[in-house]
Amino acid sequence: MSARDLLLFAARALRGHRLRSGLSLLGVAIGVAAVIALTALGEGARRYVVSQFSQIGTNLLIVLPGRTETSGGMPGFGGVPNDLTLADAEAVVRAVPEIDRAAPLVMGSETVAWGERQRQVALVGGTHEMLEVRRLALARGRFLPETPWDRGAAVAVLGQTLARELFPGTDPVGEVVRIGDWRMRVVGVLAPRGMQLGIDMDDVAVVPVATAMKMLNRRSLFRLLLQVRGHADIDRAREQVRRVLVERHGEEDVTVIAQDAVLSAFSSILGALTMALGGIAAISLAVAGVGIMNVMLVAVSERTREIGLLLALGAGRRQILAAFLAEAILLSTAGGLLGLAAGWGAVRGLVALFPALPAAPPAWAVAAALALSVAVGALFGVLPARRATRLDPVAALAGR
Amino acid sequence: MIRLEGISRTFRVGAEPVHALVQVSEEIAAGEHLAIMGPSGSGKSTLLHILGCLDRPDEGRYELLGRDVARLDETELSLVRRHTIGFVFQFFHLVPRLTAIENVELPMLFAGVEPEERRERARRRLDAVGLSPRADHRPDQLSGGERQRVALARATVLDPKLLLADEPTGNLDTHSGRQVLALLEEMNAAGLTLVVVTHDPAVARRARRILVLQDGRIVHRGSGERIGDALAVLQAAEDEERAG
Ligand SMILES: Nc1ncnc2c1ncn2[C@@H]1O[C@H](COP(=O)(O)OP(=O)(O)OP(=O)(O)O)[C@@H](O)[C@H]1O
Ligand SMILES: [Mg+2]
Repeated sequence: MSARDLLLFAARALRGHRLRSGLSLLGVAIGVAAVIALTALGEGARRYVVSQFSQIGTNLLIVLPGRTETSGGMPGFGGVPNDLTLADAEAVVRAVPEIDRAAPLVMGSETVAWGERQRQVALVGGTHEMLEVRRLALARGRFLPETPWDRGAAVAVLGQTLARELFPGTDPVGEVVRIGDWRMRVVGVLAPRGMQLGIDMDDVAVVPVATAMKMLNRRSLFRLLLQVRGHADIDRAREQVRRVLVERHGEEDVTVIAQDAVLSAFSSILGALTMALGGIAAISLAVAGVGIMNVMLVAVSERTREIGLLLALGAGRRQILAAFLAEAILLSTAGGLLGLAAGWGAVRGLVALFPALPAAPPAWAVAAALALSVAVGALFGVLPARRATRLDPVAALAGR
Repeated sequence: MIRLEGISRTFRVGAEPVHALVQVSEEIAAGEHLAIMGPSGSGKSTLLHILGCLDRPDEGRYELLGRDVARLDETELSLVRRHTIGFVFQFFHLVPRLTAIENVELPMLFAGVEPEERRERARRRLDAVGLSPRADHRPDQLSGGERQRVALARATVLDPKLLLADEPTGNLDTHSGRQVLALLEEMNAAGLTLVVVTHDPAVARRARRILVLQDGRIVHRGSGERIGDALAVLQAAEDEERAG
């Protein structure tokens, strides 16, 4: 008996009771769709986080003032940390050869005004290197000039939204704006960038870091971003940076984070979450398997006479086993394919609703869901099929 | 062709043994037409099932075409059933979801015959039983007589040597019964060995030989020509049965 004949015979038998077959098939479809949709959701979350992180550059070390253990605590507990200064930043760059670029950052909030128009935005104090380190691009003009970090300048680069709001229909480059009490010449406009780790980079004004510190009256940097030459150097560079700063401050009062480590931690947590979601959804496949077993048991007892007849006609027991197993597998596989289509549709719907979430089922989940649906049919079909092959031909012919 | 020696078959219902066949010995030659008669419960079907290799005797020796059936394993038995034996039942046993021609194709499906050849041979068999116009009807769209003719076509589509029929006309009106009987005889005339279990004297009288069973034993061996003798024995057996 050829495989084709076997499948046709099985399909024919299934069509004999469409409703019953359809319902048990639906069980598998729901299971597979759940696996697809849930893992897509988890994978989407993981991709979202990864993309957020990689927007701010790879091989990045982030230095923040204060130790993580104490910085979040009550004021007065643990010593007040020393300032993280521009001199610290320069010393680090000088002392650690693995560092390719450094971008000291200061953050604050200021009002930017041009003529009648004004807008409250995030004021970022940066340097020429920041363009590279933070993966920014210019729409117009230039970025901050390449000057020593401690030298201020009355220049500003505007984010896309800010530029549009203050200068509707006008080129802001070359114009002078008021930022707080300061007058600054606009030298460039950033290309659209969107949210970058919580800051809308389209709605900022960027000025030289020394100037920003004066404007905001800060003595400490908000962050020092260090771009390390190669991925392999990160751990060594991180240790050296820490040592240089401990030496300069006389105590350990900064935190150095490797962005990579944070990223991979998030990624693996979300990856595990995705697996867990897939696993939970896979349980519903087992439930669907029980449904298939039930349907096949009913089929076997309903078709006892037919089995007796097939035996009388000279069908081998293996062939009867194969025929009933084929039915179960056909059911579950059809359910799997239907579930795949439904799950894919659900993911498409999700993406349409939340375009920011790059939801897509991981390839392993799709493969596993399909393989599982076939396996469910084979596994839960064995018992009924074996029951069919164990029938005594004479008794079966009599319907017993 | 067939040699039975001291065949016994005992069923156990609870503690009570039921002796369906007791020491049955018989020889059936190739091309024979044999009728088996007997009261209800006398063991006719049991004998037929053993002849058809659907059941095994508890005792005795069954030789089919020179082979000791007891020595055959499950796979060999299914091959014997497939290629040597054809079965026709009182209740037709057509697969309800399949059309007439698909029912006839069924044995060839499991024998691995190619689809085109399958169709062709099934069509020829259906033609032989006069049912070509009904080829695509499902069993519930056929009359009883037509169903039995489809079953007959199916039983003979792989050209068996032996055709076993258990009350083939038991569920048919006289006319359909006669049609089926005529077909059986036609096949027998073409060389097929035919064993028919029947209650119907009109069917039995057409057989060359008649066996009458009672309580699992052969109590009479006669011929179709002298069916009167067989009917007398049968009548006596049934009276005995009724008397308890
Ligand atoms: N599977 C079984 N279990 C128990 N007893 C059985 C079984 N099959 C048959 N018998 C018994 O064996 C005896 C012979 O049965 P069998 O079916 O051969 O009779 P039969 O001559 O074909 O009768 P009928 O004319 O009614 O078909 C009966 O007494 C029957 O009850
Ligand atoms: Mg019987």
